[in-house]
Amino acid sequence: MTPHADTPTTGGTGAPPTVTLAIWRGDAGGGAFRDYTVRAIEGEVVLDVVHRIQAELAGDLAVRWNCKAGKCGSCSAEVNGKPRLMCMTRMSTLDTTAPITISPMRAFPVMRDLVTDVSYNFAVARRIPPFAPGPPTGDGTYRMAQFDVDRAQEFHKCIECFLCQNVCHVIRDHEENKPRYAGPRFFVRVASLEMHPLDTLDRRQLLRTELGLGLCNITKCCTEVCPEHIHITDNAIIPLKERVVDAAYDPVAWLGRKILRRARPTPAAEAAASSPAQQHNEVIVTDPPAVSGD
Amino acid sequence: MSDYETHTFDVLVIGAGGAGLRAAVETEAAGATTAVVCKSLLGKAHTVMAEGGIAAALGSVWPEDSWQVHFRDTMRGGKMLNNWRMAQLHAQESPDRVLELESWGALFDRTPDGRILQRDFGGHRYARLAHVGDHTGLEMIRTLQDRAVAAGIEVFMECKIIRLLTDPSGAVCGALGLWRESGQFVVFHAKAVILASGGIGKTWKFTTNSWEGTGDGHALALWAGAELVDMECIQFHPTGMIWPASARGLLVTEAVRGDGGILKNRDGERFMFSYIPEYYADETADTIEEADKWYDDKTFRRPPELLPRDEVARAVNAEVKAGRGSPHGGVYLDIASRRSPEYIRRRLPSMYQQFKELADVDITTQMMEIGPTCHYAMGGVRVEADTEASTVPGLFAAGEVAGGMHGANRLGGNSLSDLLVFGRRAGIGAVEYARGLQHPPVPDPGEVEAAAAAALGFFDHGGPENPYAVHQDLQEAMQSLVGIIRTEADLVRAVELLDELDGRARAVAVEGPRQFNPAWHLALDLQSMLAVARATTLAAIARRESRGGHTRDDYPDPDPEHFGKLNMVVRLDKGTVTVTERPIPPMPDELAALLAAER
Ligand code: SF4
Ligand code: SF4
Ligand code: FES
Repeated sequence: MTPHADTPTTGGTGAPPTVTLAIWRGDAGGGAFRDYTVRAIEGEVVLDVVHRIQAELAGDLAVRWNCKAGKCGSCSAEVNGKPRLMCMTRMSTLDTTAPITISPMRAFPVMRDLVTDVSYNFAVARRIPPFAPGPPTGDGTYRMAQFDVDRAQEFHKCIECFLCQNVCHVIRDHEENKPRYAGPRFFVRVASLEMHPLDTLDRRQLLRTELGLGLCNITKCCTEVCPEHIHITDNAIIPLKERVVDAAYDPVAWLGRKILRRARPTPAAEAAASSPAQQHNEVIVTDPPAVSGD
Repeated sequence: MSDYETHTFDVLVIGAGGAGLRAAVETEAAGATTAVVCKSLLGKAHTVMAEGGIAAALGSVWPEDSWQVHFRDTMRGGKMLNNWRMAQLHAQESPDRVLELESWGALFDRTPDGRILQRDFGGHRYARLAHVGDHTGLEMIRTLQDRAVAAGIEVFMECKIIRLLTDPSGAVCGALGLWRESGQFVVFHAKAVILASGGIGKTWKFTTNSWEGTGDGHALALWAGAELVDMECIQFHPTGMIWPASARGLLVTEAVRGDGGILKNRDGERFMFSYIPEYYADETADTIEEADKWYDDKTFRRPPELLPRDEVARAVNAEVKAGRGSPHGGVYLDIASRRSPEYIRRRLPSMYQQFKELADVDITTQMMEIGPTCHYAMGGVRVEADTEASTVPGLFAAGEVAGGMHGANRLGGNSLSDLLVFGRRAGIGAVEYARGLQHPPVPDPGEVEAAAAAALGFFDHGGPENPYAVHQDLQEAMQSLVGIIRTEADLVRAVELLDELDGRARAVAVEGPRQFNPAWHLALDLQSMLAVARATTLAAIARRESRGGHTRDDYPDPDPEHFGKLNMVVRLDKGTVTVTERPIPPMPDELAALLAAER
């Protein structure tokens, strides 16, 4: 079980290559970084090394993970101070000449070691009115054009890693803002509902008040850390802000948007989708033409 | 027992993947108070890793498709070991379950006329899988999660169930759990319990499964007196990553092949044409020309790359053994030469990302190196097809933890649909059972005390064993002795090793606090894994033939006259795991006629 028991994985000096992680150990009462040195193996990710430390040196090291493939969003932590998924951070991308620091996400209270209390996020989720579809077509099914589902599908890629929440300055060091702020993950969630072709609810008032959309000042830090490369600010937050502000809560305009979008004939949508420039415009910057017309 | 935190519900659901959440939505809607308990956070269950899609004969791409064809494909894929009634219900009901998911907010990829797009998959005659790129499982779990949250269902996250509780008559009436965060116990009283705990893959070394796949539900059921069925049938998915070593086992979705990908050996040969079994010869293309026409014209026969998974996994295994493998001991999966980069990135975004970020491989220009990986347990709790009731009153099971639906081999895409169809049915069955109870059953307090004391024992006894080391040795043993290709000698050796490992697992010592202590959790998970490993190994010894996810080198052929008519049933008899043969009930004529029909 010691690092010296194995033969080197690469030739050279004779000593097997090793790597040192400085992992934050502790709980709500406090803690400190501790250095752990284990074998280094080619092609590994940070989570592999954390697991080896767990198996060989610190059995009780608390860490969350599930898929080890960047699909579940469980293994979020700060690697050398940068918010990352540990399972998708290759060791080869890091400088291993000095200890690599691994600390829990800062925006959430520590439970133990790398595990934080993310219940804030689940509480926000409960405050968002759920999907409410209109009636289906005559045969009991729904029809939607790919063009119309594209933008909401981008938001459905969210793996709830909460890294965007972790970096958002509104709550990162401001616990007091949490009760009145949903955070980027949940702006993405609201956007996914608002831009769902079948949804009929209006959540703009809620965004303005309880969800605190106004507190976001579009620094884009959230977008930078999203492992799913969701354009959180450009495609979710900015369009939501425009809807909240521009329409000034005009129910008629809102209703017009919903109805027009669903009534748009499929061939037209298909044609629109085939024009890359227009699609780019639509997805990145503004509402569909149906809205800007009113 | 009054010392423990205690909750009372009508229905307790163990597991928050697709089956558990779908069951809970059903029970809550029926007016039963419902709790869901899960080992991880909500939304992280293994369902999230499902990639390719949900199989359902919607007929939106191929109107010729029907439940009858889906039923036939499923039974043939399962090598006829399936519980035919489950296969029938599944084929009949999955289209409604997919449409229901859509009405709850899921956004599937679309056909040009705005319907749900369906993709090709192995063993399915028509393009049948409703999907969202290659992250369909994420879509399913998030949709169900939001639905459950909106319904106000109570979710106990990061809580591991360590024992089911029974009343003096033997009926299940609750469970003992352990809060992972605090290390404290919690008692659930419930009129009915639904197991939806997923699979057992963590018992093998190379697996697609997450840390949660430790067979908890299988073991809980066994300990509570329930029967398991088909435990010898383990699906090795033909395409797992094999390099870098640390990524070995990660799933590479079958959608790569469904969307046109092919398998090649070291010499660049499309080798699957050499592995078409007699059983599938009528429906499998035997020339490259015919295979390539099939994607657009279903009157041609299917490419051999889309044979059922057991066939493809054995073929990959054989190529590597014959010395025609890739540098890291697998074979090549090639879509780069078959489809445009835009098509690949659009249809397979997470595969693109996974290979790029973990292996520095660009799948739009390079081939992937892949090999078999332990993926799915066909076997599980023996249930009644219509209600998912186990052989123990009060205990239900749905999803991967239940057995029967998939027979000896599951078709890709039939898992997500299984979760929805039987999650819902288990919910209905459990509520009906709970309503029918005259008196709420009361658990035996002694059971709680005994199980809690045993769990805490790991802190006290100062044994010599490290749980991580015991786990690694278990995985090595199962990988090498109870893998894709089995022999009597290996299986018997495995039983000896399991005896040893049982002893070592009991001698595990855990250090540190009770709060969020992974070594302790693993010590407890090992108990489940060892029970499951034994069930699988003993059932594998008993089935002296090769069929689906059970291949015996010493009995290489199927034995339709004897074993083809039997399921292996595993149960605990006075503390000893036993295997008995159980005849498969005869199929009604109208279903048998579907199987006799031409392809
Ligand atoms: S853009 Fe808004 S939500 Fe995103 S990090 Fe900045 S302030 Fe937070
Ligand atoms: S939006 Fe991106 S960063 Fe935020 S939780 Fe989802 S996946 Fe993570
Ligand atoms: S373990 Fe699932 S994202 Fe890292």
